[in-house]
Amino acid sequence: MLIEKRRARKAYIPTCSMADIAFLLLTFFLVTTSLDLDKGLGLTLPAAGDARPIPKKNIISLLINASGAVMLDEEPIEVNMIKDRITTRLMENPLVLVSIKTDARTKYQNFVSVLDQVQMAMGETPRISIAEPE
Amino acid sequence: MTFKKKSSEMGEIPTASMPDIVFQLLLFFMVTTTFRQSTGIPVDLPVARMIKKLEAKKNVTNIFADSQGNISIDDKLIDKITDIRSIMYQKRIEMPLLIVSLKFDKNSSMATVSDIQEELRKADALKVNYCAKFGD
Repeated sequence: MLIEKRRARKAYIPTCSMADIAFLLLTFFLVTTSLDLDKGLGLTLPAAGDARPIPKKNIISLLINASGAVMLDEEPIEVNMIKDRITTRLMENPLVLVSIKTDARTKYQNFVSVLDQVQMAMGETPRISIAEPE
Repeated sequence: MTFKKKSSEMGEIPTASMPDIVFQLLLFFMVTTTFRQSTGIPVDLPVARMIKKLEAKKNVTNIFADSQGNISIDDKLIDKITDIRSIMYQKRIEMPLLIVSLKFDKNSSMATVSDIQEELRKADALKVNYCAKFGD
């Protein structure tokens, strides 16, 4: 009986593209890694002592009370309606300014929600002013 | 005169160990990268939708305020709220493009927020960023 001698066949995995794969991984992680950048609503505060009279018809006043209820020009309004109201007002009068006034006990979250709505309508402009609470 | 024929021998750079080098680089960066530990007071940021990423990290100073009214600039606790003025004014001189990132707790009161804002106005640090998380 003839037993064929088993030849040890040399098998190899091509490693040529290994470097490419490693580079691909490297670039993938480089691109996708985002170090936790701060995100938030930008605003430029008015300079100290920069008070000038503004005609009343150019002001939209937003009042936020301690429980977070909002008044827009003396009438109560839902927070998520503010954007639309300001957009309409802007179309009527493009010079309009927004003044946000809060109670001293108003929670910061309520203020941020309102500012968020205002910025949705107006973008980041210096035409938003924040009055000191009384 | 006989010229020796130039042998066109191909010079080859061995690339077999290239992946090892790249992996080593990858590992090196993975190991040495330390993510910035959060400094300051722990705060629960408010949520908003119009948020934008704050670029130019170099020029950013963080002011933290929690719901108890503790205030810190970067990681230094502030005793008196009026101290903010001088500290921020100093920073404003060092960095003309200063942006102040306001990291206030969502439950902090507007009295604190407003006091800090007033101090910033007096320190002429007018570019602020109300730090928030995305959400409804």
